[in-house]
Amino acid sequence: MTTPSQTVGPFFGYALPYAQGGELVPEDHPGAITVTGLVLDGAGEPVPDALLELWLGETGTRGALDRRGPGGSGFGRCPTAPDGSYRFRSARPATPYLALLVFARGLLKPVMTRVYLDDAPDPLLDSLEPAVRATLVARAETADTYVFDVRLQGDGETAFLEF
Amino acid sequence: MTHPPYLSPAYRSTLLRAPSRPPLRLKADPDAIELTSPVFGHHEVADREADLTTQHTGEPLGERIIVSGRVLDGLGRPVRNTLVEIWQANSAGRYAHDRDRHPAPLDPNFTGAGRCLTDDEGRYRFVTVKPGAYPWRNHHNAWRPAHIHFSVFGTAFTQRLVTQMYFPGDPLFPFDPIFQSIPDAAARERLIAGFDMDTTEPEWALGYRFDVTLGRTPLEDS
Ligand SMILES: [Fe+2]
Repeated sequence: MTTPSQTVGPFFGYALPYAQGGELVPEDHPGAITVTGLVLDGAGEPVPDALLELWLGETGTRGALDRRGPGGSGFGRCPTAPDGSYRFRSARPATPYLALLVFARGLLKPVMTRVYLDDAPDPLLDSLEPAVRATLVARAETADTYVFDVRLQGDGETAFLEF
Repeated sequence: MTHPPYLSPAYRSTLLRAPSRPPLRLKADPDAIELTSPVFGHHEVADREADLTTQHTGEPLGERIIVSGRVLDGLGRPVRNTLVEIWQANSAGRYAHDRDRHPAPLDPNFTGAGRCLTDDEGRYRFVTVKPGAYPWRNHHNAWRPAHIHFSVFGTAFTQRLVTQMYFPGDPLFPFDPIFQSIPDAAARERLIAGFDMDTTEPEWALGYRFDVTLGRTPLEDS
């Protein structure tokens, strides 16, 4: 009998974020990418108290929690700033996408989505109408910086996933 | 239905944050990375992080308690070496968080955050103090029942669970829109820890038991 979910609430900030949680790889890691963006609510306002978790599918040589040493971790955690922004530094994933979970006050359970780095043929993307598809594809701002906004509700609402 | 719906209007923060469309259901794809999960090394979490009463020079005020239980997967098997994180208000109902404005005292000897890894039987154990109830601004005279926030990883990213553990017999249950957002009464009951004489330690602390069962993954369903 599954244990039900409850909101992460507003006061996780001193407990769940950890040092360099959003930095899955060191700054000088070859081929590192930045994934950044905003979390927005149904009024288009920034969500300053969300927590994002990024998963690449393999834990990697650095730990999930311990950022010492070279190489990369496959897991990252980053709270949003007061302006609703978040930022991860990661290795380029082996898959075309990164898995993303968002927790926040007002979310009684997390939302899960995928950050696709390219708008290439893909079984999930190809099953979606263009406007919905577009919400899953990050915008390449530079060769190594990808912008991915999460719109929880309303115009341009991000496609959220379940299994 | 076990989990609450996203939109639960009595909990006002859901009004602008609940997605308006149901999630897209993905076909079971064994290669989907969401069916795997980070693993945690024992060097990453120190044993002392599971004792929230010894993080400062003195002992925190309040009723010392031991909270223990098991993390199980959707088939009832223990989830080993997985990360369990907790955070909570102090015994007066105040969080050690900048934005908590409840005029109850902070406790210099209590931060209220802990973590541990489960053992080979999926067991975890924390020593802490019983948190106080606290007011919030959801509606007139709104109070949260005493609770400990839990964050748990499973063997798949899809099992990721953040929840809250409550204490038996709390008179605030009927009035709390967050607890009541879970439609099924039996599911709500699963968030209430049981008082446990077996883990209660004489002359020391009351024991509460709280088992966490994660959802089935598509691979376990088939
Ligand atoms: Fe709380």
